[in-house]
Amino acid sequence: MSTTTAVDDRVATTSSITRIMRRPEIGAAMGALVVYIFFAFVDQTGTFFSLDGTARWTDVASTYGIIAVAVAMLMIGGEFDLSSGVMIGSSGLFAGLLITEYNIAVWPAILLTFVFAAGIGFTNGWLVVTTGLPSFIVTLAMFFSLRGINLGVTKVLTDTVRVAGVDEGADGGVRPGFASAETVFASTLTQYNFRIAVVWWIVLTIIATLVLTRTKFGNWIYAVGGDQNAARNTGVPVRRTKIILFMYVSMSSCLVGIISLTRLKSMQAGQGVTQEFIFIIAAVVGGCLLTGGYGSAIGGTIGAAIIGMAFIGIAYAQWNTDWTWLFLGLILFAAVFTNSLIRRRFQGARR
Amino acid sequence: MTETSTNESAALALENVGKRFGSVIALQDVSMRVPRQQVTCVLGDNGAGKSTLIKILSGVHTPTEGQMYVDGEPTTFNSPREALDNGIATVYQDLATVPLMAVWRNFYLGNEPTKGFWPFRGLRTKYAKESCKSELAQMGIDIRDPDQPVGTLSGGERQAVSIARAIHFGANVLILDEPTSALGVKQSGVVLKHIRTAAESGISVVFITHNPHHAYLVGDNFYLLNRGRMLAEYTKETVSREELVKAMAGGAELDALAHELGAEG
Repeated sequence: MSTTTAVDDRVATTSSITRIMRRPEIGAAMGALVVYIFFAFVDQTGTFFSLDGTARWTDVASTYGIIAVAVAMLMIGGEFDLSSGVMIGSSGLFAGLLITEYNIAVWPAILLTFVFAAGIGFTNGWLVVTTGLPSFIVTLAMFFSLRGINLGVTKVLTDTVRVAGVDEGADGGVRPGFASAETVFASTLTQYNFRIAVVWWIVLTIIATLVLTRTKFGNWIYAVGGDQNAARNTGVPVRRTKIILFMYVSMSSCLVGIISLTRLKSMQAGQGVTQEFIFIIAAVVGGCLLTGGYGSAIGGTIGAAIIGMAFIGIAYAQWNTDWTWLFLGLILFAAVFTNSLIRRRFQGARR
Repeated sequence: MTETSTNESAALALENVGKRFGSVIALQDVSMRVPRQQVTCVLGDNGAGKSTLIKILSGVHTPTEGQMYVDGEPTTFNSPREALDNGIATVYQDLATVPLMAVWRNFYLGNEPTKGFWPFRGLRTKYAKESCKSELAQMGIDIRDPDQPVGTLSGGERQAVSIARAIHFGANVLILDEPTSALGVKQSGVVLKHIRTAAESGISVVFITHNPHHAYLVGDNFYLLNRGRMLAEYTKETVSREELVKAMAGGAELDALAHELGAEG
């Protein structure tokens, strides 16, 4: 660095440490390390630290992380989606019912489900940008509506509160197409039982990070969340940007719904409900500001990893799993508190 | 006939323009010319119609009466985007930059330089950072680090980034809405200097302000707006700073006020 003459001498104060400390997810990354060491230490079974244990907690983290990354991007864009949890159930049921009740082939049913999820996301986004109502309210309404529809429609069509037998073909064998869907969405890799969902999670995190930092659209996401009026005045398509983000969140919930459906071969009508806050916790722990305009996709992923470690770590420590929720509460507060301290310490005027 | 011929030589001109919102007359019979490469100041107190005038010039509102000319051509704008496409850029006070975003990201917001083809079309981050720094340096704004958030800049620097951005993206006419009203004395000076630099580099500037001191420092022409009408028109040669201040403050009214308060002259 010192050899290049073009470097402004006043930049010398910005050391590489400060640069790293300025990253939005730095608090979460340090937190994740602390949590990891903590659970490795209290582990009673000796598996948390092993590859088997890692496969377990990354499995939990991946299904949260796939959606948490999308929720983080939406939060950077200045909006919330409270229907992200119930959408897991809605998409699983939608695909399941198409397959079992309407005998639609597996892959077309999955495709239709993604279209359905995109439609729900579009509705959320369109309602938010058109009515100007807070997304908190609009998506809360969507959450309750879907929750009702999930139960109502499932009961009417199956007389139960679950859709089952997604894998069963007409002749008693495996339904055509289910095996390949299982490979794509629910298979296990290596002898340590790493699930393929982990691959989806990592790939989506990388894509989301590239989109946020390296594309025009990413720039627009930060802009609409940071200052909507300024963004509009400089020619950013604010409405389109927000609607696309809502669609991305719904479709990532749909992906998790399909993953659950192909794993369990059935779907409960109540699946996913109450998870919406876990995704928001992951995004906020990962450094996203509730007010929008600040955060990162990798932050959501680290937040999800912490939550995955907590769920599995507490079980391996042989504590009652009820304590998980207390742990999540404490982690949420500690992470946000540390994040704001770091921001104040290293970023001066940045709020 | 002389009226139209003078309008042709102006970058932007209004002829007997009026704007009504229902029964409310916001502007009436306003004519003005924005000569090329000069700073044209529009002075007016609160409620004088400055905002409506800006919104007509920048394409937010369409006038209900009269005609607007761009480079002598009769023109009607239906949206701010059309005004932008005609090289008319507006810098609104406080509404032009996103505080949490890096300077270079703000500078290129809405006009991001990209390379490659979809879906692999990426931002040219390195180029954007470097060119942002050098563009701002040309305007006399020395940015330490293009990666620092705009929120860490002073108000004057932030305003200057908006101005530099408008110029960089091919503005022929730059409309500045109260660029100095929220700034301290020193920062105002910086912005005024940028206004002058912009005019000297070939841009026609419309400077809207309620501060006659600031206007007199940089302006070539002055229009005085009051109660939706164009009250007076001056050029730098025909008016002194004192006259401008007095006209702005309402002349006789100010004298009466001074008398009432027992202040001297």
